[in-house]
Amino acid sequence: MGLITVGFVLLITVYLVISGIPAIGEIGIINFLFGTKWASTASEPSFGILPFILTSIYGTAGAIIIGVPIGFMSSVYLAKMANKKVKTVIENAVSLLAGIPSVVYGLVGMMVLVPGIRKIFHIPDGASLFAAIIVLSVMILPSIIKVSLTALEAVPKDYEDASLALGATPVETYFRVSVPAAKSGIAAAVVLGVGRAIGEAMAVMMVAGNAPNMPSLFGSVRFLTTAVASEMSYSAGLQRQVLFSIALVLFLFIMLINAALNFFLKREKVK
Amino acid sequence: MKKIVCIIIAALAVVCAVPAFAAGNISGTVATDGSTSMEKVIGALGEQFEIDNSGVKFTYNPTGSGTGITAVSEGRCDIGLSSRSLKDEEKEKGLTETVVALDGIAVIVNPANPVSDIDLETIAKIYTGEITNWKEVGGEDAEIVLIGREAGSGTRDGFESITNTSEKCAYRQELTSTGDVITTVAGNPSAIGYASLASVKNTVKAISVGGVAPSEETVKDGSYVVQRPFIMVTKADTALSDAAQAFFDWAVSKEAAEIISAAGAVPAAE
Repeated sequence: MGLITVGFVLLITVYLVISGIPAIGEIGIINFLFGTKWASTASEPSFGILPFILTSIYGTAGAIIIGVPIGFMSSVYLAKMANKKVKTVIENAVSLLAGIPSVVYGLVGMMVLVPGIRKIFHIPDGASLFAAIIVLSVMILPSIIKVSLTALEAVPKDYEDASLALGATPVETYFRVSVPAAKSGIAAAVVLGVGRAIGEAMAVMMVAGNAPNMPSLFGSVRFLTTAVASEMSYSAGLQRQVLFSIALVLFLFIMLINAALNFFLKREKVK
Repeated sequence: MKKIVCIIIAALAVVCAVPAFAAGNISGTVATDGSTSMEKVIGALGEQFEIDNSGVKFTYNPTGSGTGITAVSEGRCDIGLSSRSLKDEEKEKGLTETVVALDGIAVIVNPANPVSDIDLETIAKIYTGEITNWKEVGGEDAEIVLIGREAGSGTRDGFESITNTSEKCAYRQELTSTGDVITTVAGNPSAIGYASLASVKNTVKAISVGGVAPSEETVKDGSYVVQRPFIMVTKADTALSDAAQAFFDWAVSKEAAEIISAAGAVPAAE
C-alpha cells in the first residue's frame, strides 16, 4: 500500500515538471521569475511572477513572526505550567482549530477581518497582505503548538529536576533547560508552520484582494497559490501552461521546506 | 485487499453493462465551439438537450468568441458561439447570427452609497482610475474601491469590452466568483463592482446606467446598455445536420427560455 503513495508523489512530480517546463522555456526563465508585470489575458501578455513569489515569502514570514511567538509561548505554558484541566481544554481547542476547513477561515476573514482592518486603519479597502498574514498566523498555530508541545513533553524530567536542584527558578528551568533540549522539535514545528502557510490557497484568496501588485502591507496582493487557483478555471493555451509553471515553482518551495523539516528531524534522531 | 478489488470490478461491470436506451428520435452529434462566457447557458442547454434526446452527443469547446466564429466558418464545428455581434466582414463570409440570449451586467455599489445613477463614460473613467473619489460623481468623500473579476472571466471580458476599458482597469480586488464580488461590495461602503444581472441580490444596489435601471425588460429592449448578446453563429449556405438543427431550433424556442433564465441570462425568445 505504501507504494501507492510513492506512486502518486512521482506521478504528480512528473506531471508538474512536464506541464510546467514548456511555458518557462517559451517566456524565458529570467522574464518568468523576475518579471514584475502579470497581464495574462492582455493582447500582449506578460507573465512575470516576481510579485507572487515575493508576496508568498512576505506573507509566510509575516505569519511566522506573529504565529511562532504565540504558538511557542502557548506550548511552553501547556507543557510545563498549566494545570491538567486547563491543559485539556486548551489542547482540545487547538485540535479543533486545526480541524476548521480553510474556506471557513477565509469566510470569517472576509466577513469580519477585512471590514475590521478597513475601519481600524482607515484605508479604503481591508483586503490586503496584512489580512492574509493574520489569517495565516491563526492557521499555523495548531501545527506549531502541537509539534512543539510533543517535543517539550519528551524532555526527560531528570534534566529539569537537576536544574531545579541547582537552585534555578522554574521559569529559568523551562527556558534555559527544557526549551534548548527540545529545540530541534520546535524548529520542526516552525518549518511545518511555514509549509502550511505557503501552501494555503483558499483562505488567502478570500482576504488578499488578488490584484497582481508588488507586495505592500495594506495593498491588494496575489500569492503563488492564489495565482494558480484564481485563473485556472478560465485559462487556455499559454496562460494555462504558465499556471502549471507557477505550480512547479510552488512545488519547489515546498520541497525545500520538506527538506528542511527532514534535516531537523534527522538531527533529533542522531541525538 | 483482493475483496475490495473484486467489488470495484464488479461495480464497474454493472455500470458499463447498463445499456444506453436510445429513446430519442434524433441521433448524431452537435459540436459547439466558442465563447467562454456562454459556458453556463450552453452547458445547461446541452445537458437538457442530451437528456431529452438520448441519441445525441453534445459537445462544447470553450475557446473564446473569435475562435468559435473561425471554427464555424472553417466547418470545424456545427454551431459557433459568440458573446459579441458578428462584424461586417464576418457576415460577408457567409455567416449568420441568431441571438439565443442576452447577458446584462449590473454595476453594483453598497446600499449605503448615495450614488444611484452613473453614465457609461463615467463608469469607464472610474474603472481606469481617472476618477478616484466618490465625491466627484455625487457621493461622499471616500476613495473608490474597484472590485472586479479575475483575468479570463467572461463577465470581466464583457464589462471591459462594453465600457471600452480592456486592459486598463486598475482593480483593487480581483475576485473569482460573482458571489465574492457581491459579498465584498456589500461589506464595503466605498466599493463598486459588476456582476451578472441574474445573480444580484438585495445586499447590494444595482445602479442605473445613463438613467436606465437594469432589469430583464430594459436588457431585452436594449435601453440598458451594459449588456451583450449571446449568439449562435451558423453558415448561411450550408444546412445543419439533423441533430444540430434540432438543437438550434430548440435553443431559441420558448421551452429553452426557462433553462436560459436559470443559467443567469435573459432569453431572447418571446
